[in-house]
Amino acid sequence: MSLLEVKDLSKRFGGVVAVDSCSLSVPAGSITGLIGPNGSGKTTIFNLVTGFIAPDGGEVHFKTRSIAGLGPDRIYALGIGRTFQLARIFPRLTALENMLVPVRRAGLRALLSQGQWGHEKERAMEMLAFMDISQVAGTLGGALSYGQRKLLELAAVMMAGPELVLLDEPAGGVNPALLERIAERIRQLNQQGTTFLLVEHNMGFVMNLCHEVVVVHQGRAIAKGNPREVRENPAVLDAYLGT
Amino acid sequence: MSGTRTLAITPGRVTALKGLAMLLVAILALILPLIAPDPATTGMAVFTVMYIGLASAWNIMGGYTGYISLGHAAFFGFGAYSFGLMINHLNMAPGYLPFVLVPVAGLLTAALAVGIGWVALRTRAATFVIVTIAFMFMLQLLGENLVKLTGGGAGLALPYSHDWGGDFFNIPYYYAMLALAVLTIGVSWWIRRSKFGLGLLAIRDDEDKALAVGVPTRSFKLTAFVISAVLVGMIGAVYAYYVTYLYPQFAFDPLIGISMVLMAFLGGLGTVSGPVIGALLLEPAQMEFAYRFGASRLYLVFYAAVFLIVILLLPRGIVPSVADLVHSWRRRRQAGPTAGGSRNAPVSAGEEPPATAQQRLASP
Repeated sequence: MSLLEVKDLSKRFGGVVAVDSCSLSVPAGSITGLIGPNGSGKTTIFNLVTGFIAPDGGEVHFKTRSIAGLGPDRIYALGIGRTFQLARIFPRLTALENMLVPVRRAGLRALLSQGQWGHEKERAMEMLAFMDISQVAGTLGGALSYGQRKLLELAAVMMAGPELVLLDEPAGGVNPALLERIAERIRQLNQQGTTFLLVEHNMGFVMNLCHEVVVVHQGRAIAKGNPREVRENPAVLDAYLGT
Repeated sequence: MSGTRTLAITPGRVTALKGLAMLLVAILALILPLIAPDPATTGMAVFTVMYIGLASAWNIMGGYTGYISLGHAAFFGFGAYSFGLMINHLNMAPGYLPFVLVPVAGLLTAALAVGIGWVALRTRAATFVIVTIAFMFMLQLLGENLVKLTGGGAGLALPYSHDWGGDFFNIPYYYAMLALAVLTIGVSWWIRRSKFGLGLLAIRDDEDKALAVGVPTRSFKLTAFVISAVLVGMIGAVYAYYVTYLYPQFAFDPLIGISMVLMAFLGGLGTVSGPVIGALLLEPAQMEFAYRFGASRLYLVFYAAVFLIVILLLPRGIVPSVADLVHSWRRRRQAGPTAGGSRNAPVSAGEEPPATAQQRLASP
């Protein structure tokens, strides 16, 4: 069963067709990779799925309901989290405060009450420890290293327990040791039940981590399958090598 | 950890010191009219406490969310005029009873703020600033031109109590302003510690990222805007009752809107105590200037100078700068002579060490 189903999704910016009736699905419980050359529309697909931009056409289904056209906060509340390219965190909040910002299914009462804080702080510290960054809990986000920001961003997105997490270049700009740690954490979170869809240019990372890979080229999904099938697909080789 | 025990600044002691200072200020504020009953002092106190409330209320929107409104005088004037019109049309006898109209003026201001916020919050950054100024001038124009309602440029007279003569006249207004200032600081403190407040700070740092982690930014911003406006409107109502005469250009005065912003900037944007300290420093100084140099508005030059100094030397305001000093001082003492290796927490492979106090200082 697929957790996320994208059908004939389209988006154009002026004369540029960024996403061209693209269809893909993310099976529940999987780690799915979304790969493709630069400018092929991967990040636009992320922005469409998470509600940052409205599609011109097509459908997005999460679980059983259509989510196309909803706002990002509503989509997060339904259970889809995301990270950004280049790790976005709140620079003037401490790492712990960064962890406490996410809001899910919080009505006005949950926001006004202070009661939940103790419990939430405990969970936040556990999650920081899981990412091995609990020593910077009291440090301002803006003073963290790039690697720590990456880990913090992922940790914070997990706070509200999303079913599906979209990762935009989780391996971008990090050293090999940290890369292995990020891969390991994603694998562990996946085993605990979170489904992942990730955009990544590091092929080693994608081929090692992902159960399923979708290849996007010029705004369309041109191939999908397990990593080995995709690697041997001639259409994929064409897209990457350019013919 | 070889800091001298007697001098160590522990977080507990900082909190205790803060509590003690707050208690002293509260007691001083409560008994001020007993210590200095002359009208010149109590008059200055009314305006100082008024600006403590205004700057703190403005900070709930401008400081926490980073949405700089330069048009909050719109709510001040609107609260003032609603109070004046109500007391006149209800033919209320002056005295203590009319103070019950203050919350009503606040509710009316809330209705206005929902409307203005609905429109203004569709914009961000500089556009938002300009939209708020535009609304303020629109209300000022309405005040001048709806002559049948407001009296226009001829002004609107309010009744005042003849029983409150001499030295006593300022006292009821002083305590009314003080009550509103305490209420505002309380609301601000509570928001700062709530999840709602954390959401507002997240909006200030990165609004799109806040959306991505589920913060309903539109309703959060509107709620903060309305809370801020209601408090300003109620303060405007007490102001109207105090000055007993309203003119559009003084009730909807852009300078009132700018003063509260400047005070919050000076004390420290987004902190609870910053706007209080800013108002305590600036308002008496401003009144002293106005008194010494007459109504020449020379104090505007003084204001501009303060603003330049703040932006140049204390871009984050007094409270955050002092907090950083205390932080780095405490760290240096803690580190002691063995500062070299022991300070760094265990670091995992290939990572930079966690930020030191110096880096905290450098961060925006």
